[in-house]
Amino acid sequence: MYVYILRRLLATIPIMGLVAVFVFMLLHLSPGDPAVIIAGDFANEEQVDKIREALGLNDPLHVQFGRWLIDLLQGDMGESIYSGMPVTELIGQRVEPTLMLTLCTMVIAISLAIPLGVIAAWKVGTWIDRAVMTLAVFGFSVPVFVIGYLLILGGSRTLGWFPVQGYTSIFESIPGFLSHITLPALTLGAVYMALIARMTRATMLEVLNEDYVRTAYAKGLATRKVLVKHALKNAMVPISTTIGLGVALLIGGVVVTESVFAIPGLGRLTVDAVLRTDYPVIQGVILVFSFTYVLLNLLIDLTYVLFDPRIRY
Amino acid sequence: MSLQVQELSFGTRLRHRIGVVADSFRRNPTMLFGVAVLTLMAASAFLAPWLGLPDPMQQTPRERLQPPSAEALFGTDMYGRDLFSRVLHGGQVSLVVGLSVAALATSIGLFIGLISGFIRSVDAVIMRLMDALMSIPSILLAIALVALWGSSVQNVILALTIPEVPRVVRLVRSVVLMLRDQLYVQAAIACGTSTPRILIRHILPNTIPPLIVQATYICAQAVIFEAYLSFVGAGTPPEIPSWGNIMAEGRMFFFQTAGIILYPGAFLALTVFAINTFGDGLRDALDPRMQRRV
Repeated sequence: MYVYILRRLLATIPIMGLVAVFVFMLLHLSPGDPAVIIAGDFANEEQVDKIREALGLNDPLHVQFGRWLIDLLQGDMGESIYSGMPVTELIGQRVEPTLMLTLCTMVIAISLAIPLGVIAAWKVGTWIDRAVMTLAVFGFSVPVFVIGYLLILGGSRTLGWFPVQGYTSIFESIPGFLSHITLPALTLGAVYMALIARMTRATMLEVLNEDYVRTAYAKGLATRKVLVKHALKNAMVPISTTIGLGVALLIGGVVVTESVFAIPGLGRLTVDAVLRTDYPVIQGVILVFSFTYVLLNLLIDLTYVLFDPRIRY
Repeated sequence: MSLQVQELSFGTRLRHRIGVVADSFRRNPTMLFGVAVLTLMAASAFLAPWLGLPDPMQQTPRERLQPPSAEALFGTDMYGRDLFSRVLHGGQVSLVVGLSVAALATSIGLFIGLISGFIRSVDAVIMRLMDALMSIPSILLAIALVALWGSSVQNVILALTIPEVPRVVRLVRSVVLMLRDQLYVQAAIACGTSTPRILIRHILPNTIPPLIVQATYICAQAVIFEAYLSFVGAGTPPEIPSWGNIMAEGRMFFFQTAGIILYPGAFLALTVFAINTFGDGLRDALDPRMQRRV
């Protein structure tokens, strides 16, 4: 098992290396002079030269890449062009809200979507099934920020239950944190829930046709036991794969959700960096999100052993 | 010795395909709904300039943020521009972006996928590159690309296409891998058929049905992502009305006139919903093997 984990971890190194190359090349494959792109349309010659100097853009490409990679391996992602602060520090300051938002979203979405998917599969063809599936298609079709504004309109404006915008750290006040995080988490979770619910239903439908499910019913097991212990457990491998891959949707959604709810997280940092073409920051955020995504999916691969004892590492 | 194979004419096969699609419309009324909504959306977006609506760019500051009325069906925005006209015109960008991304991503992905699936020597390299590209969350990649390339409709299309390509490659490759072990492909190889001919004559046609289905989902996603990009300020240039732009500019005024987000949002959602139901219907019709998957 440990050998396997180690081997899988080592196997992610080339992937992450390639991601790093891609991210590095993004700027250099763009048409035009990178320094001019970063400086923007209104910069004069002197400002452009300063940026070229600061980013070392005068050196040959492989020298630039080597230097960048060595810095990166030491946890140095350069400095923000706008504020001059180290990118690592900027990202560090913004991690908590994004991490909390994503975790809350995942907890809410998974704990609602899997039961809904199971019920839809169990009651396949009835109005319950159709209602769940309609909700799922709705979640796929409505853009995150429209859901966000609808929830603000209902939850904050009309009912007055939640604050409109902002963020309170969980370490400052737990009730404050919960009231600020609920609407963003529901907003961000809609697509994710739709994805998981659909996958759960589809996999459950397949599993429920298996002989052992009929056997379980035949020997008189309670429906709930059959559904959860026999069917769901066997459906969990594809479902957890979807949970992992769906995180890409969450990462995209975070950028938009944080803008809607004015949450000072990594998404907000990205948007600000984009508006200022603060390239080192954009680069840093993409790297952090991509690495997290790869590691998370590795972690999920490893959980398969919990659901399927035939899988041994 | 030559091997004569009676082939069905292209016309016969086309008629058969059309028959299959027509059948599925009958069995699947929601698909008809999807097509109807899409036709309506496309017609209203592309005919908008001839409908006698107010100019979507015409600013009348005295009539800013008006509620819906007979003159302005959806009211006006913060510059007094007619919201109904803007929403109809805005559909052009969304539909063009959605269709172009779907067409580009599937054709590039098809090309790479065929090569990767059939020519084993390059497979490992291509797939590792695709894995790496897939590890970068697609919206982030698109945002970064537009931020660097500058905002224009072409750049948005390209930036949304690139992250989709690896997913298409994977799909095509998996179909090709399955097909190359089929007897008829093995027979073609044994007959000495050239690789390009096997790929084009024998393998390509079988990748088309799942690819069309995939294209509808890519299209739906691209329509949503275009709005995301515009919303965060890395999308369609502000002077072109697009659903994403209208919502991005209007967010400050949401509490005065909710319609500034809700109308374009509803149009966008309805379009994406229609594309998805159309795709689901096509999937059931064209690809029976996929029916039981999500």
